[in-house]
Amino acid sequence: MLRLEKRPQPSAAWGWATPVLAVALTMVAGGILFAALGKDPFAAIKMIFWDPLFNPQFASYSRPQLLVKAGPLILIAVGLAIGFRAGIWNIGAEGQYIIGALCGAAVALAFFPSPGWYIFPLMVLAGAFGGWAWAMIPAILKTRFNTNEILVSLLLVYVAEKILAAMATGRMRNPDGAGFPGSRNIAQYPAASNPELIANSGMHWGVVTAFIAVIFAYILLHKHILGYQVQLAGQAPRAARFAGVAPARLVVLCLGLSGALAGLAGLFEVAGPARMISIDFNVGYGFTAIIVAFLGRLHPVGIVLAGLLMALTYIGGELAQFMLGLPSASIQVFQGMLLFFLLAFDVLSNYRIRFARAEAA
Amino acid sequence: MPPAKAGFSNHAGNNLTKARINRETFMHRRHLLAASALTLGVAAAGAALADDPLQIGFIYIGPVGDHGWTFTHDKARLDVEEHFGDRVTTTYVENVAYGADAERVMTQMALSGVEMIFATSFGYGPDVNAVAQRFPDVAFEHATGYIQEAPNVSLYNARFYEGRAVIGHIAGKMTETNTIGYIASFPIPEVVMGINSAFLHAREVNPDVQFRVVWVYSWYDPAQEAAAAEALIEQGADILMQHTDSTAPVTVAQDRGIYAFGQASDMTSFAPESHLTAILDEWGPYYIERVQAKLDGEWEAGDVWHGIDDGMVGFAPFNDAIPEDVRAEAEDMIERISSGEYHPFTGPINRQDGTPWLEDGETAPDGDLLGMDFYVEGMTGSVPN
Repeated sequence: MLRLEKRPQPSAAWGWATPVLAVALTMVAGGILFAALGKDPFAAIKMIFWDPLFNPQFASYSRPQLLVKAGPLILIAVGLAIGFRAGIWNIGAEGQYIIGALCGAAVALAFFPSPGWYIFPLMVLAGAFGGWAWAMIPAILKTRFNTNEILVSLLLVYVAEKILAAMATGRMRNPDGAGFPGSRNIAQYPAASNPELIANSGMHWGVVTAFIAVIFAYILLHKHILGYQVQLAGQAPRAARFAGVAPARLVVLCLGLSGALAGLAGLFEVAGPARMISIDFNVGYGFTAIIVAFLGRLHPVGIVLAGLLMALTYIGGELAQFMLGLPSASIQVFQGMLLFFLLAFDVLSNYRIRFARAEAA
Repeated sequence: MPPAKAGFSNHAGNNLTKARINRETFMHRRHLLAASALTLGVAAAGAALADDPLQIGFIYIGPVGDHGWTFTHDKARLDVEEHFGDRVTTTYVENVAYGADAERVMTQMALSGVEMIFATSFGYGPDVNAVAQRFPDVAFEHATGYIQEAPNVSLYNARFYEGRAVIGHIAGKMTETNTIGYIASFPIPEVVMGINSAFLHAREVNPDVQFRVVWVYSWYDPAQEAAAAEALIEQGADILMQHTDSTAPVTVAQDRGIYAFGQASDMTSFAPESHLTAILDEWGPYYIERVQAKLDGEWEAGDVWHGIDDGMVGFAPFNDAIPEDVRAEAEDMIERISSGEYHPFTGPINRQDGTPWLEDGETAPDGDLLGMDFYVEGMTGSVPN
């Protein structure tokens, strides 16, 4: 008879082991799925995890691309993780990402085509401000009227998407674009572009910012009084109140910070890899970042690893699609399994398994 | 010609000229490249050509099972496979977002040995051109785009407004409430052009007909499309048209006992009684033609806008509910458009505000259509911007 017994303290060893186990079991379950689809499971798993890193044909291109794909995920996830630790659930990073990109792009398009060193820094400020401002809506509604920030931030994503569509077909439409929706190509406007900093490295300002954010988040969470307050508010809200933590201030701070980082991610994306505002500019980074935050155990260093792993499954997943003919839905299932196994194994870090004889009742 | 419109058509005109000039320089460069390739190693290339099948890659904006846009492109991919057999292999990636994702997928395809790539959504333009510049030997075919910054980027598009003219005629004849509901995606020239074409031909046979347009700001959103369909029916529409890709509107029409036209593929099975016909996207013939050219070593970048005549725009079987005389008129119109005898935008046509657009007997220049941002006279409501 199996019995679960709650540990007095979550097990540190299991905390490190569960992500590894989850990845291993995802490979097994994913392999079964791919075999059921009639594909060679070993080839598929190798294609997803090995080929983007080491295949002589692709790797020199794919490896830097990991940074391009992981950059925005890490930047957003770091901000979300701080809030999640405090029990403040910003589910609307996707919307903050869009608004940040729109504000940044608006600055670029307003200055087009004038040169000037100050344009890109202004865009960065505008991007952070846009994301912050969009996150302030659920923050203020929560602190003033006690609305649920999960619902408000999530629903604001759909509002942001409509604003994006209206901008791409209206105010921000490229006047030289023959009437097609979408803005000017910002990446081709030197004063506003966010280029690859070193050729074929994948590094752009967004990736740099993501790593800076990781370092700051680490210091904040582990060395700063605010980090202590965040932890306390998340684990023992009543105790936090007695310790003098103002919940409203924490809500505004956490939502604002995660919003600003999501806005920055949007800005760096629109001026770099995405090149322009288009109807379908947002591709789900804000939602995937939630998975990345949890996969990384809400720890800044864990988030870097989780972001890179997630990026690997995306890039390897694309390879598996066109090299082996796997449908994109199977890759999504595969990514979903990863989160599922991770959460399932969390039981082991919080509980101990006891083998006991069934006792007569 | 009022200045506003002149500005628009000039833009389009400039783009077209620019594209043409570019293409001439490109052709020049192509010859140089070909010459140097010849000196480098004809034997090796010849052997490779004879043995290896041509690898063709497709990138799709949606899932292959959408029964709309992507579905029709994938159907054409299968046509290519069937037509060429062992001489080609095809591969595809679904749900590829514009920007970094598209650029990465196409780059990796090219690195894996794919020699021809069909990018099947207009938003891939900048990505296609960026990748094309890095892989000059790969042939790129870009659907509904307008950017040609590399010699190996070809553009193709379909004159869907020709199909809209025909369904406009049928709707004008068959409506009893004189109200047609139109589910539109985005206020862009392609969609505005479709509304105008359908409206003009409905009005031609029914002076009392009105169009009600709902903009859903999405290409594929079954829930919103269904909600829009319900709203239009509430406003009295007894026939629905859609410029979105899901089967939701025809399904609602079937449930509510009114008529509807499908989009992109034959949607009859989703609405057997209600589905009058659908405008079909027929990419197969063009894809086969282009792949053949690539196989023969004769592929060159082009820029085509094909219609009913070239087989790119087709029709699903007409429903028996369409009266015999209306069916004959519709078939006659298809015939006349196909033969070039009739252009769906033939003057006199005024803009919504009453200012003249086309003189009597004048047909719309392509540049005007590709930049169309206004309704024609008689339409109610306004194009959002």
